[in-house]
Amino acid sequence: MTWVLIALLVVPLVGALVVAFLRKDDRKAKLVALAFSLVELVLAGLLWFAYDPDGDRLQLAAGVDWIPAFGVRLQFGIDGIALVMIAVIALLIPLVIGAGWTEKLPAGRSQGGYLALILVQEAVTVAVFAATDVFLFYVLFEVMLIPMYFLIGGYGGARRQYAAVKFFLYSFLGGLIMLASAIGAYAMASDELGKGTFDWATLVTVVRDADPTTQTWLFLGFFLAFAIKAPLVPFHTWLPDAAAEAPIGVTVIVVGILDKVGTFGMLRYLLPMFPEASKNLAPYILVLAVAGVLYGSLLATGQRDMKRFLAYVSIAHFGFIALGIFAFTSQAGVGSVSYMLNHSISTGMLILVIGMVIARGGSSQISDYGGMSKVAPLLAGMLLLSGLTTLSLPGTNSFVSEFLVLIGSFPTQPVYTVLATIGMVLAALYVLWLYQRMMTGPLRGDALVGAAAGPGAVGDPERKTAIGDLNKREIAVLAPLVVIVLALGFYPQPVLDVITPTVGATLTEVGVTDPVSVQEGK
Amino acid sequence: MNLLVAQAQQIEAPEIHYGAIAPVLVVLGAACVSVLLEALLPKHQRWAVQLVLSLVTLVGATGALILYATSDRPEQGVATLAGAIAVDSPSLFLWATLLVLAFGSILLIADRSVEPGGAFVAQAAIRPGTVQDRAQATKTGMQTEVFPLTLFALGGMMTFVASNDLLTMFIALEVLSLPLYLLCGLARRRRLLSQEAAVKYFLLGAFASAFFLYGVALLYGYAGSVKLSAIATAAGGTDRSDTLLFAGFGLLVVGLLFKAAVGPFHAWTPDVYQGAPTPVTAFMAACTKVAAFGGILRVLTVAFENTQWEWRGVLYGVAVVSMVIGAILGLTQTDVKRMIAYSSVAHAGFLLIGSIALTPDGEGVSATMFYLLVYGFTTIAAFGIISLVRNSDGEATHLSQWAGLAKRSPIVAAVFTFLLLALAGIPMTSGFIGKFVVFSAAIDAGLAPLVVIALVASAVAAFFYLRVIVLMYFSDPAPDGPTVTVPGAFTTIAITLGAVVTLVLGLWPTFVLDWAGTGTFLS
Repeated sequence: MTWVLIALLVVPLVGALVVAFLRKDDRKAKLVALAFSLVELVLAGLLWFAYDPDGDRLQLAAGVDWIPAFGVRLQFGIDGIALVMIAVIALLIPLVIGAGWTEKLPAGRSQGGYLALILVQEAVTVAVFAATDVFLFYVLFEVMLIPMYFLIGGYGGARRQYAAVKFFLYSFLGGLIMLASAIGAYAMASDELGKGTFDWATLVTVVRDADPTTQTWLFLGFFLAFAIKAPLVPFHTWLPDAAAEAPIGVTVIVVGILDKVGTFGMLRYLLPMFPEASKNLAPYILVLAVAGVLYGSLLATGQRDMKRFLAYVSIAHFGFIALGIFAFTSQAGVGSVSYMLNHSISTGMLILVIGMVIARGGSSQISDYGGMSKVAPLLAGMLLLSGLTTLSLPGTNSFVSEFLVLIGSFPTQPVYTVLATIGMVLAALYVLWLYQRMMTGPLRGDALVGAAAGPGAVGDPERKTAIGDLNKREIAVLAPLVVIVLALGFYPQPVLDVITPTVGATLTEVGVTDPVSVQEGK
Repeated sequence: MNLLVAQAQQIEAPEIHYGAIAPVLVVLGAACVSVLLEALLPKHQRWAVQLVLSLVTLVGATGALILYATSDRPEQGVATLAGAIAVDSPSLFLWATLLVLAFGSILLIADRSVEPGGAFVAQAAIRPGTVQDRAQATKTGMQTEVFPLTLFALGGMMTFVASNDLLTMFIALEVLSLPLYLLCGLARRRRLLSQEAAVKYFLLGAFASAFFLYGVALLYGYAGSVKLSAIATAAGGTDRSDTLLFAGFGLLVVGLLFKAAVGPFHAWTPDVYQGAPTPVTAFMAACTKVAAFGGILRVLTVAFENTQWEWRGVLYGVAVVSMVIGAILGLTQTDVKRMIAYSSVAHAGFLLIGSIALTPDGEGVSATMFYLLVYGFTTIAAFGIISLVRNSDGEATHLSQWAGLAKRSPIVAAVFTFLLLALAGIPMTSGFIGKFVVFSAAIDAGLAPLVVIALVASAVAAFFYLRVIVLMYFSDPAPDGPTVTVPGAFTTIAITLGAVVTLVLGLWPTFVLDWAGTGTFLS
């Protein structure tokens, strides 16, 4: 079944090539891109069944030599965490294409170019999660920036140039520092084994026994890259700009998918390669994590722009994920990984719904909307549902993850856990307040009634023609997400089964065992 | 009298390995023939004949090189001409690099489609701004002396990287420099700027040569010989004055760093890059860099390796200064040629890191040579593209004129974007592999902090490359913006060659990496 993984990497690239030649015909380009992304989804489904949760650490491995002089290989393989992430990418891309079906691109841009970049982004991102050679991972980590740079810079809002360059430079700098650490690890391997290698599994065995000082420096190099990517406070400032300026589909990819590379990297590279440094530096990282939870939540509450709001919500959620990772218990770890999945789904859904709101009103300012449930009840309901799953209401998918993170972190890190719990309360505040301002009360706001009746006018609920409810296409885009949100909320076991062995293996590599209270709780 | 004759009879003619030095002989011989042709041929025939001669020379020299490299030659290399020239694996690699890069440069120099009549002035001696000057601006002829000048410069560069003693090195330095000074002043447009560049380059270059020569004199005083290996022997455990050694080293290195455009000895670079005709800038940026760093590598490795702990700190600082100057000042540039000039200063800093990473297995040397090769190709292609973007005054080098270029000429913009990404060192381009090999050699040699500084500098430098990409893709074109000339065959070949090599070596660098790592300097 190795071919499935290879096909997952190749199919979107082929799709991008085909779509790039359809720049003249927007409709055909959209159909072809959607078809390729659906094939990718089917392949991801096959991958899910091909993966054996109780099997090897890395499965479906395949590779060829790339630069033998440095022991670099094009080596791919997946573990449970990578599998979950690849699956969620494959799920979100068709939805992104569907949601942007009627979106207007800036003048002079074609759907063909846009969709080709999206498919390239999909291929490279899948490859990042599948790479098991550290050099290859670095290469893809940086290459991943290029299509995104053009997506933000070419198709974004008014300040797109600034946002694109800021996004690129932040990640590029982080990546370069990681490269220095990777070369350092390579140098250790060539000293110890006589021949240099970048193979992840081999490097883990070599580097994990390094002396603490070296390990700390190498750790910091990798950590900076991942902390920028994730993003943890104070390395987060690129995200609100990128999220606010990017077109809505691209925001889904940035917030929902790309950011996960950071937390994925922490689990795959930081913990197994540098166990001692991870344990020594965990207190500092936990401070950043909890700061992120509180800071993100507070700033989300205060945002006036919906897309910036989404960025700060994500910053808060990444604080939770980092808390779970560095609490070093299996429950918290499983919680974090499932949070990575559920954040993609619930935040992805929230972004898509907000995109539908913006498509109607033409503004991303919260104050331009009000009382929208009168004219678009279904849309309002979807905003409420996606908001509730974002605030982790029991019965939705995110609840399971957030609960696992908190209950798993409490035995080892009670103080930080209690502080993070405040974030849950704030989440209820920012989500419900957003809903209240935009959806309830009389119809108002410049975006909804201003154009027709002048500023300050009270709208007419009968004018449903101007601001319509969800159409069939939008319902088709949101329906799968609704099903998944509820299904994983009530029955998360299939996902947890895939994740748990990998998280367990990761924690074994760090050399920690669960505290007694957690073991008894099982 | 009798005594003198008797002594003269005792002098033996040095043994010459003609096979080993054939590439250099071909290039210098052809340069002499080229001068004669200039004198004998009628004006209208010169361009075609000179071009054919130059290209045949380069192909011939490359052929001779391949013939020698694949023959049964001594593993460690040979010293010939009484030990003045060392033909070893690094020499052969650098020669090959110079020849191939010169091929691309000659194509750019020969092009007459982009600028009618070529980028060079018809009669350089006419004073700018006079009636005669305006009259000649409408003519299409060019000074075909650029071909012999280029060949002489190339011959000098090839001798320079293979010089086994400091005096030969100095002669080679002059042979490569003097034609370059002249070439800089030959631009068809903006004659004053071009002449200013030539004068500036000449004056500063003369100073640098004087430094170099003074350094040679002091080192001769120290070691009693100008041979690189003799200096190494003398420095290994004697009670001679270290002052002479390090003063000599310092002066020598200043001369070399000047040629390599390493900061803080870079002051000439932006002005000369901007003023010189763009094909000459391409030639200088690619080939002079190779020659200068080839010389630096040989001097540091052969003559000064066993004293490296004394001087390493100084060059460490120079590398940092160079990277910082290149990256920071590059941010403030508004002219694309000056921007690439500052980028070359930053790249010189990266190259210097590789040059001081002296590990026993020669990783630093091979990494630096690989970097030189890939940087040369990328730069030639980049200057090729710059020569295409023009308005009625000639090349439109001001950055604001590049706004929205992607809308008008998507292919040119895409290729230039790719080349800029390579200069920034983004993976999947040869620029990244070059940086990677240099930095891993440096980490191996215990220069980890320097590598971190270099990485930060790369990130800063990436900003000004990105700025050009932003301008080309995300800005709206100005109504009176420049047009992109459809290049003729020569420029197209040069740009394609550079871009393809940049791509191929970014994906499959193994072949060239292995070749660069085959041997070390003859000592």
